Amino acid sequence: MNARRLLTARNGAVVLVALVLALLPVFGTEYFVNNVMTRVLILGIGAATIVFLASYAGMISLAQLLFAGIAGFMFGNAALESGARGLNLGWPPWVAVAFALAVTTVWAFLLGALGSRTTGIYFLMLTLVYGVIGYYFFAQVVTVSGPGGVTSIVAPSPLDDRVALYYAALIVSVLAYLAFRALGRSNFGLALQGVRDDPVRMASLGFNVPFHRTLAFSLAGFVAGLSGVLNVWFNGQIDPASIAIGPTLILLIIAVIGGISYFEGAWLGAFVYVGIGSYLRELPLVDRVGITPERFNTLIGLIVLLIMVLSPEGLVGILQRAGRRGSPAQRSIEPPTTSSTASSVGAGSVPRQP
Amino acid sequence: MDTPVEVEASTSDDPVRASRTLAIRRLPGYGVRLAIVALVIWVLFLANDTPAGPAVDDPGKFLVTVLDGLTFAGLLFVVASGFTLIFGLMRTVNMAHGSLFLLSGFIGIRFQQFMVGKSRNIAPEEVSILSWLVPLLVGALIAAGVGVILQQVFLRWNQGQELRQALITLAISVILADQMLREFGGLALSMVWPGPVTHFVEIFGQRYATSRLFMLAVAVIVGVALWLWLTRTRMGMVIRAGVDDEPMVRALGINITLVFAATFFVGAFLAGMGGVMGASFAGAATGSDGAWLLNSLVVVIIGGLGSIKGAVAGSVLYGMVIAMSPAYLPS
Repeated sequence: MNARRLLTARNGAVVLVALVLALLPVFGTEYFVNNVMTRVLILGIGAATIVFLASYAGMISLAQLLFAGIAGFMFGNAALESGARGLNLGWPPWVAVAFALAVTTVWAFLLGALGSRTTGIYFLMLTLVYGVIGYYFFAQVVTVSGPGGVTSIVAPSPLDDRVALYYAALIVSVLAYLAFRALGRSNFGLALQGVRDDPVRMASLGFNVPFHRTLAFSLAGFVAGLSGVLNVWFNGQIDPASIAIGPTLILLIIAVIGGISYFEGAWLGAFVYVGIGSYLRELPLVDRVGITPERFNTLIGLIVLLIMVLSPEGLVGILQRAGRRGSPAQRSIEPPTTSSTASSVGAGSVPRQP
Repeated sequence: MDTPVEVEASTSDDPVRASRTLAIRRLPGYGVRLAIVALVIWVLFLANDTPAGPAVDDPGKFLVTVLDGLTFAGLLFVVASGFTLIFGLMRTVNMAHGSLFLLSGFIGIRFQQFMVGKSRNIAPEEVSILSWLVPLLVGALIAAGVGVILQQVFLRWNQGQELRQALITLAISVILADQMLREFGGLALSMVWPGPVTHFVEIFGQRYATSRLFMLAVAVIVGVALWLWLTRTRMGMVIRAGVDDEPMVRALGINITLVFAATFFVGAFLAGMGGVMGASFAGAATGSDGAWLLNSLVVVIIGGLGSIKGAVAGSVLYGMVIAMSPAYLPS
């Protein structure tokens, strides 16, 4: 009974993609696997936390890159012994990883608790402010980072090989994807979706609404921390500019391109973003239209604009609708509000299973 | 929302607990007042290790710092008032507000260069008041025009879907930023204040630039004009009504679409004015759009979304913090 329910076209496609990714180092070029796809997987994990918060909790968060950055900075401070900047605690690498993730999760819990009573656009602005404060903190507090950031970071022993790092990113991606999807059917996940749909009713049923939001935010922060540690192993360094407002918005854009209601969208959006960035000059006719590789941002902006205007569910939404041959049900990305008239103006929302 | 229920329930069965709950709830207010008093005492008397020194020792530096804060607050107010006007009425977080700011700054610079006839090394003496005011109007009008087009094409049909609108304006700001980078380059450009306001006045023995006072004067004029428009004209009345209760305004048969367009025009115009003033004050460069969007957000969050008085309060507070911190915090 359970197995039959799992045999959908969507799950089949996902398994197929995972298999292709697992075998990629065999037939893909080194550049493609080590530079492009590893980055896609790492960005995808970060974007998946945004999708998790948006689809299960109705909270669109711009603070996820901050948590990835905190984890990266904490790892750099803890693992290095004699780096140019940072605390240089010189701990064993896996202890440093645990430390980085612990610090990240604690901060995610605190910041989530602070923001647990705000929703919708106000929550978006609050998390944007978190991100900016975090950027300024790491840029100005020289003991932990300073403007130059923390450099000369090396991944611990089996993962300093590029292909091994690719497989580590792939395994973490698969685990994150499976965990997030399984969470949707768990007690916590169902309660969280209830909180998203009707917080007042959930509160009257006795659920602690702010606490559910805080826990969700902490979980998202933890997984973003995983992405951050992988990222810092991939790049070998981290500086405050990589968690400034630009990259923060890019992570949200990646989630939106892929489809902010679907977990596959996180990795698909990352693939489109990194793919265009890496291969734009190789596309035919690009020069004729006047799109040079430097105008990458304009192209991404246009894609996001097109998606937000035509189909807010992103590329995965388009694929799903094509698969169902133009289903009329249109999902809305707005958090359902019981008191405002906005819910009557916007597209109706269908109870969803991301 | 849950406050009245809580107090009522506790007063009905436990008056002692009720008064204790009320006392606890007053704590943040007491704390804030205490902090303000402590800060004032610090700045006035105790700030010995700071770059500026206590205010009683060096009143000139103190006055200069306060004026710095107020003049910067003037610029902040012009930009943030546009942002809060658009949000207050239409509940649209216009992420492209900073891009309109930067666009008008660049256009103002180009227009000033055209009016003066030179494209580099413009001296203040060559710039008349007109050579500053006309680029200001041109830049602001173009920003307003772009804003209205944006609103009519992209925001009119999804009114009420706040997140979707935020993401649409975000995408537009990315596109605009990249196109401005292509057109104007990555180096900072700046606009020149008119000659008549480019000299110094003596304040308690410190020299102070009149251009900053000029900026404050322009901001005050803008603020008064905005207040007059909102409180004394019919359109302003409709806007204030719309901020309070938009469905009722629609129900009364007022053409709300026109009001939205007018509000977006004014909001973008204010962003444009702020852009030209900012270009004269601190220059225009790629990245200013993001920085000023954040500035507007901070001011509006402090002051309250949708309130002009809040924008004044927020910009004064934020401007003061920015001006006082380098002077009165131990380095």
